Amino acid sequence: MSRKKIGRPENPLGNTRFSGRAYLYLLPAFLVLAVFVLYPIVMTLRMGFYESYVYLTDVGSGFGLSSFRYVLRDPAFQLAIRNTLIIVLVGVPITIALALGAALFINSLTRGRGVFQTIYFIPYVTSTIAIGLAFRWLFHSDYGYVNYVLSFFGVAPQKWLTDPNLTVVSVTIFTIWNGLAFKIVLFLAGLQKIDPQYYQAARIDGTPPRRVFFRITMPLLSSTFWMVVIVSVIHAFKTYNEVYSMYDGKSAGPGNSAITIVYYIYDMFFNRSQVHYASAAAIIFLLIVLALTALQKWISKRFVHYV
Amino acid sequence: MELRLKNLVKDFTGTRAVDTGELTILDGKLTGLLGPSGCGKSTLLYLISGLQKPTSGRIYFGDRDVTDLPPEKREIGLVFQNYALYPHMTVAQNIAFPLVNRKVKKAEIRERTAKMASLVQIEELLNRKPNQLSGGQQQRVAIARALVKRPEILLLDEPLSNLDARLRLEMREEIRRIQTETGVTTVFVTHDQEEAMSITDEIILMKKGVVQQQCGPQQMYLDPVNQFVASFLGSPPIDYFRFPLRDGRLWITEGYSLPMDVRHEGGILTGIRPEAWGRGDALQVQIQTVEHRGKDTLITFGLAGTRARALLDITDTVRPGETIGVTLRPQFLYLFDAESGVRIRQEEEQ
Ligand SMILES: Nc1ncnc2c1ncn2[C@@H]1O[C@H](COP(=O)(O)OP(=O)(O)OP(=O)(O)O)[C@@H](O)[C@H]1O
Ligand SMILES: [Mg+2]
Repeated sequence: MSRKKIGRPENPLGNTRFSGRAYLYLLPAFLVLAVFVLYPIVMTLRMGFYESYVYLTDVGSGFGLSSFRYVLRDPAFQLAIRNTLIIVLVGVPITIALALGAALFINSLTRGRGVFQTIYFIPYVTSTIAIGLAFRWLFHSDYGYVNYVLSFFGVAPQKWLTDPNLTVVSVTIFTIWNGLAFKIVLFLAGLQKIDPQYYQAARIDGTPPRRVFFRITMPLLSSTFWMVVIVSVIHAFKTYNEVYSMYDGKSAGPGNSAITIVYYIYDMFFNRSQVHYASAAAIIFLLIVLALTALQKWISKRFVHYV
Repeated sequence: MELRLKNLVKDFTGTRAVDTGELTILDGKLTGLLGPSGCGKSTLLYLISGLQKPTSGRIYFGDRDVTDLPPEKREIGLVFQNYALYPHMTVAQNIAFPLVNRKVKKAEIRERTAKMASLVQIEELLNRKPNQLSGGQQQRVAIARALVKRPEILLLDEPLSNLDARLRLEMREEIRRIQTETGVTTVFVTHDQEEAMSITDEIILMKKGVVQQQCGPQQMYLDPVNQFVASFLGSPPIDYFRFPLRDGRLWITEGYSLPMDVRHEGGILTGIRPEAWGRGDALQVQIQTVEHRGKDTLITFGLAGTRARALLDITDTVRPGETIGVTLRPQFLYLFDAESGVRIRQEEEQ
């Protein structure tokens, strides 16, 4: 085998770094990005710093941080942060555990895998709105299956959708269920990438199942696992669909008790028309997500084996 | 530990991958499991290891019937074709892994890991990860991991196939050395006849799951039981001719014949190994091609309507088109039944 480096083939476009042609080809994509990504971001930034703003005329007045002050002091926003954190800190670990368990189970099957792959994929291809409708019936305090099942365990019927203390629980359960399918897919892909010979080697050496899981499966799955964590956390932070579809977009449940950060932004914008507050909340949200991403980068460098 | 297989059969849907009949693998020896791709070598190895269950038949390690034992109870070490070293563990952790499972004491683990590392000569690599090792080094780690639990039997599945030619020569000597030093009964799968010939004590040659011949490498080369065995061993391979047999003589050409004391009904195929030919005056042949192979020279010429290959001495300067005189050394000449390929032996041999 020769170790000689093969030179890069001549680029038919010439030196593209300085070629106007290349930029010409990129222009359509740039335009789309500029109109639908860049412009909204700049506008949001601008609007967030107004003290008052009229959307229809695009007239703002008073430049400063007062919108941020308002949002941060707004009890509804504080509730939104609390609810979002519940969804992230309680919901995500549960989804990941359930998805990993399901993926391990499906992966261990030798028969009937196709059936399961269809079943668990159904929620992924069904619209959240339709699932929301179904959940509304499941959680119905008089006729819902959730209360029906709980009644067997001696639990009194709960007002899942109307008790302000329970609405966030219902939304969390909904997000867990809604995100499951995609996470199972990711975990299954990760599990199937692991060479079965590692398991054969482990078997020959008489490795107990727990040790196989913690010393072989998890380390070899760690890059997938970490990706699922990142995707799930970001997804959970953006929870909005589930709230919208459970309450028809009119409110986030009784007293807005199931409000999330993104729902707060939506509510400020569409229901209350306070665009500058919505923008300020969006910027705060962006900062939170940025901080989180930085944290995740730092953790992944330390603890994830990319193999 | 002697390994005995009794009518071991493995069926996959539609194919019979392995059918051993009675087979004994010698205690403390290096046995090569040889055969073309798809002949069931790996399957047989996995049956011995317990990773696969036989359709029928029994496996004995010494007097112990292990057929129904799971792999971890069989006291075997297995080296996989691509080593299957755990990529997230260091070399030391990889080697120690089987011992940790057995709850061996820490100090003993350290001691045994170090001993294995020195046996396979990788002491200075213990803190590296597998992806920081060359193929040959990974191979050594895999062998160390397989041997650290002191198995009764060591199984190697094509351990050299991922290495380049030079490393392959080096590692096969190493496997021989390690086997000799430890004295562990070893089964070594390969589809490379030269590899099997060079380091094994005994070869089991398989074809479509069925054992064709089992004996020492030299004997298998010199005394093949059928056409398949004769063809599989030897490089360049043996050539076949349809020489007529008349009056107790085998007629190579009209004017050249060899005495051949056989009684046989039906067609006969004569196999001649290229090294059977030498310079002489029994036969004049015209050289077609000449290939210089380093240690010798391979020539081809037409004979009995087909092409014959002959190995000449490296110092023999011959050119294509030239006519030279050759003669045959009869001990490298074998007769087979043209239909079944079964070896036909001379009367006095039987
Ligand atoms: N899991 C399986 N299912 C069905 N058929 C199989 C399976 N494993 C092996 N076979 C078949 O059994 C036969 C023997 O396979 P095996 O892997 O033992 O061959 P091999 O001698 O090791 O070949 P190679 O040199 O290519 O590794 C082949 O015909 C193969 O197609
Ligand atoms: Mg094989």
